[in-house]
Amino acid sequence: MVVSKVREMKKKVELPDVVLESGIKVKPIYGPEDVKDIDFEKDIGQPGEYPFTRGIHKYMYRFRPFTMRQYSGFATAKETNKRFKYLIKQGQTGLNVAFDLPTQCGLDSDDPLAEGEVGRVGMAIDTLKDMEDAFKGIPIDKIGTSLTINSMAPIMLAMYMTVAEKQGVPANEVRGTLQNDILKEYIGRGTWVFPVEPSIKLIGDTIEYCSKHAPKYYPVSVCGYHIRESGANPVQEIAYAFLIAKAYIQHVLDRGLDVDDFVPRFSFNFDIHGNLFEQIAKFRAARRLWAKIVKEDLGAKNPKSMQMKMIAGGGGGGLTIEQPENNIVRGAYYALISALSGTQTMALCSYDEAYTIPSEKAAVISLRTMQILLDEMGLQDTVDPMAGSYYIESLTCELEKLICEMMDKVEKKGGIVKAVSDGYIQSEVARQAFLLEKGIQEGKIIKVGVNKYREEEEEREIEFHDYKAEKAEKQIKRLNKVKKERDDSKVSKALKALKKAAEAGDNMMDTVIDAVRAYATVGEITATMKEVYGEFKEPVRL
Amino acid sequence: MGSPIRVLIAKPGLDGHDRGAKVVAIALKEAGMEVIYTGLRQSVEQITSAALQEDVQVIGLSILSGAHMPITKKLMKMMKEEGLDEAMVLIGGNIPRNDVKKLKALGVREVFPTGSKFDDIVKFIQSNIPN
Repeated sequence: MVVSKVREMKKKVELPDVVLESGIKVKPIYGPEDVKDIDFEKDIGQPGEYPFTRGIHKYMYRFRPFTMRQYSGFATAKETNKRFKYLIKQGQTGLNVAFDLPTQCGLDSDDPLAEGEVGRVGMAIDTLKDMEDAFKGIPIDKIGTSLTINSMAPIMLAMYMTVAEKQGVPANEVRGTLQNDILKEYIGRGTWVFPVEPSIKLIGDTIEYCSKHAPKYYPVSVCGYHIRESGANPVQEIAYAFLIAKAYIQHVLDRGLDVDDFVPRFSFNFDIHGNLFEQIAKFRAARRLWAKIVKEDLGAKNPKSMQMKMIAGGGGGGLTIEQPENNIVRGAYYALISALSGTQTMALCSYDEAYTIPSEKAAVISLRTMQILLDEMGLQDTVDPMAGSYYIESLTCELEKLICEMMDKVEKKGGIVKAVSDGYIQSEVARQAFLLEKGIQEGKIIKVGVNKYREEEEEREIEFHDYKAEKAEKQIKRLNKVKKERDDSKVSKALKALKKAAEAGDNMMDTVIDAVRAYATVGEITATMKEVYGEFKEPVRL
Repeated sequence: MGSPIRVLIAKPGLDGHDRGAKVVAIALKEAGMEVIYTGLRQSVEQITSAALQEDVQVIGLSILSGAHMPITKKLMKMMKEEGLDEAMVLIGGNIPRNDVKKLKALGVREVFPTGSKFDDIVKFIQSNIPN
């Protein structure tokens, strides 16, 4: 009755249409009829139980709050080490490591292509020596570390495990996450090296290695985040990430591993910006759909395999260079969304990152934002407080349906591996980015401070990490010193074994670990693998 | 009206953030230009040879890493050597204001920092390329 009355009222007033990024039309009022097809037990259920719509744990933050993590990495391993120690002292419970571009692309600091980039966006790692310095005095068994690395993931994992071993921490005690999601690198971010097929094979190697030796480690973090930051809408973000995760899983299943042996250690990295309700529903829908996929399509028996674990962070894509203090407010809403969505780990970008490298002050504000939610705002008290909302539950169902349709569309085009190899996904995402930008420029999509409530303000100067050539020189000197002091015969023996393993199609982890231990450089190991695998050729289509 | 204006959008350096490059490429294409996008990690040599081969009137560089000064210096020098002086060079990305003048002094015709309007870029090209 109430609803019909409202309908009547609506006839009298002209209300503007509201369409979400995913194309869903929002009604001004939601009620019981919008959730009448939902079976509470089957579709929503209890937190910690299939299909995990309400969260993957029974008591969620009441039992253990989300992990708070900030991205950090400075020019050299030693500086990074100092920042890590500072962040741990501030109460941060996990570390997130940024590497410089040469390291991410498999180039040594003295490579001509690395010129001007050494230590610029993160730390330079040339040999095991650098990794040893970065984690000096940091208890690897007590802190979970996230390594933001992709094509070089097998090498960085080998180094991290070796450092742990040297600290006396056995592999089966090491906790952390490797980003290790190459398919999204071809879509956005772009730190690919090898062609698609051998790259997926290398991911399989790390997963197999971890399932045997490092069961507490998360070898893959599938990143919808960067796909969305490249322009994808929320539906594409989840659909493409799930297809990518399925491709990796299928590859490992083909090796004869059981789905429950390794899928419990999969995690996802998703993006938050845009409409608050759409984001929360996106995560709830994703959790439910992933559980169904893993149980029904992949045949998992262990509920842990079906749980979609995630890091959800406020994305730089939502921040503005105009009136940058507004980004503190945006960051607080992103954190709220993240907490209302049942994330396991939260990372926020800093308010100043649209125009500069985050200052220490900005990084602490982000950390405090998350702490305020937990300690002052009651986000820790009860699980999935949005459940049962007519609007949220209805949106959750609609989004799940749209994500499924998007996944089917790609499957019909020959699957995600083909769609990435031939550039189809890249052009879909670029087109979406264009439409969004056009919408903002035409004032159809509002960004406060940019195309509405704009103020005359002093133009803000864009700042970059102070690039100091002498730091790069220092890094090159260190590299040369390591090269001089190492046993070259051990290195060439290790590289030969590495090449042989690559040719034979063996799991590469053992030979990479041996090469790393012999202080072979990242560039040497990469060049050896390139001889066998070749290099990726970017499909360019607009 | 002559044939469509030919534009090369290039992404030099190791930085893989190509959202801006691609979005501008699409916008120019929608405005009726012929657009060639090079893809990532292009050296100055590769960009120059693509510009020669594709016979473009405009070269748009997208640089976000902060390495715009050394890259542009190298490109302008090589373009001169290869007799490409007539092509118009535009730069987009994260460019500090203080560097705009310096880039123009090197021969860059205009700088369109992050957040520039498609219309402004299109109009600039159309009004500065003789038909």
